[in-house]
Amino acid sequence: MIEEVFRAEYGRAVSVLTRLLGDIDLAEEAVQDAFTTAVRRWPVEGVPPAPAGWIITTARNRAIDRFRREAKGQEKHAQAALLEHEREAREVGDVADDRLRLIFTCCHPSLARQSQVALTLKLLGGLSTAEIARAFLVPETTMAQRIVRAKGKIRAARVPYRVPRDADLPARLEAVLAVVYLIFNEGWLDKADLADEAIRLGRVLAELMPDEPEVWGLLALMLLVASRREARLRDGGIVLLRDQDRALWNAELVREGQDLVRRCLRWNRPGPYQVQAAINAVHSDPPTDWRQVVALYDQLMAIAPSPVVALHRAVAIAETAGPRAALREVDALDLDRYHLFHAVRADLLHRLGEDPAAALRAALDRAEHPAERELLRERLRRLGLAAAHQQDHADDHHERDQEPHPDRHAT
Amino acid sequence: MKQQYLLSIYQPDGDPPPPEVLGPIMADLGALNEEMQASGAWVFAVGLHPPSTATVLRAQGGDVLMTDGPFAEGKEHIGGFTVVQAEDLDEALEWGRRLAAVLSPLSIEVRPIAT
Repeated sequence: MIEEVFRAEYGRAVSVLTRLLGDIDLAEEAVQDAFTTAVRRWPVEGVPPAPAGWIITTARNRAIDRFRREAKGQEKHAQAALLEHEREAREVGDVADDRLRLIFTCCHPSLARQSQVALTLKLLGGLSTAEIARAFLVPETTMAQRIVRAKGKIRAARVPYRVPRDADLPARLEAVLAVVYLIFNEGWLDKADLADEAIRLGRVLAELMPDEPEVWGLLALMLLVASRREARLRDGGIVLLRDQDRALWNAELVREGQDLVRRCLRWNRPGPYQVQAAINAVHSDPPTDWRQVVALYDQLMAIAPSPVVALHRAVAIAETAGPRAALREVDALDLDRYHLFHAVRADLLHRLGEDPAAALRAALDRAEHPAERELLRERLRRLGLAAAHQQDHADDHHERDQEPHPDRHAT
Repeated sequence: MKQQYLLSIYQPDGDPPPPEVLGPIMADLGALNEEMQASGAWVFAVGLHPPSTATVLRAQGGDVLMTDGPFAEGKEHIGGFTVVQAEDLDEALEWGRRLAAVLSPLSIEVRPIAT
């Protein structure tokens, strides 16, 4: 029970306390104190009727006690007095705003993307440093250092604790959505906790910024991709969409995702996440209407053009105009370093009756995720060429610090 | 209380641009400085002579060693700096952004001053 409350309410409590105390570290300490108290008292006295409010009130009282105990100078007395004054004032009223403030602080553009991700998971997700380190496959000391440094910068450089002005909101929101999507991408294949956390954050964002279609677009995209999670892996290898067992898709997530996509369509304010969600909604309604998928990729290329998007568009082109036309588009792309570029080429060559072995090996040389590598190895094996591949490097999966790929899920 | 920030201007080594290029830039810079002063953000601003005019000192044993030239021989050096006071980093970054636009393509480093 306490663990559930912790997961659900930690970010809320930290954001309120950050406003009251003006310092993230003090806020975290106070909230952790409050949960420690809860662990001691709730089993004896029962869970209070409003657990979240109880945690926030207890954390604030703890902070006041601490200030009193440690008060040496007038400044801290003043701080304690201020808290006392606020004691009866708005308790949970501005909580939504507080969480939003904290999200924008965590994702401030002056912080490196890795730090934004770590802070968001730590402060809003309530994940421990150890959990975050494990998720991103870096040593715990590295992650701890990253978080301490980021918090130090927030304090010393006075990174503001507020929701950006309307004029800055689109750019700032983009960073927030990128952070959440990066967390989702890190977890989508085999770290369900992380993907679930990203979806939870996505729901919080949608609740806090209900008038931003891209927020709903991102949530829909994550739900639709997550709906295929159970079907995505078999024997440690990736299963492509066309080979997936649809009985394993989560119908509830599909329905919710598709509903959200329809809601976005009514808004008629398209953005990259909404279009990607729409593409996944088409895939979730088999057999895939490839013409519609191509049209959506055309739209995506118009809003957010990139070689990776063009690659995925080419995959859809193969279904509507044939592999020859698709290969022409793929070969025009400058994506040599990207494993999927070679994997897609291999697939198209195979369909054209040409030898895909070299392209598959190139893909294997560049793929990092074990499950993606397993899929490629399996395809090589089927060609009877696995033995020929000598330079197969180890299955290390390095921390990926690049921006999330637009749509790595649709194909 | 406001926080002070150091806005350092990094520029490539070598000769400054010719007067016909530099002239308008300096005029824009002057205008920006005046705007900073009018808004109360301006604390201090200087341009520096080239790094070849610098001397580095370092105590070693009982002596102080003296070297001709700047501390770090790199491709870039600090050509000048401005100190502004601001409510928070966003405000300081906004001045930094304006400075970077005037001095394009030079980089501006924004760093809080410890007090």
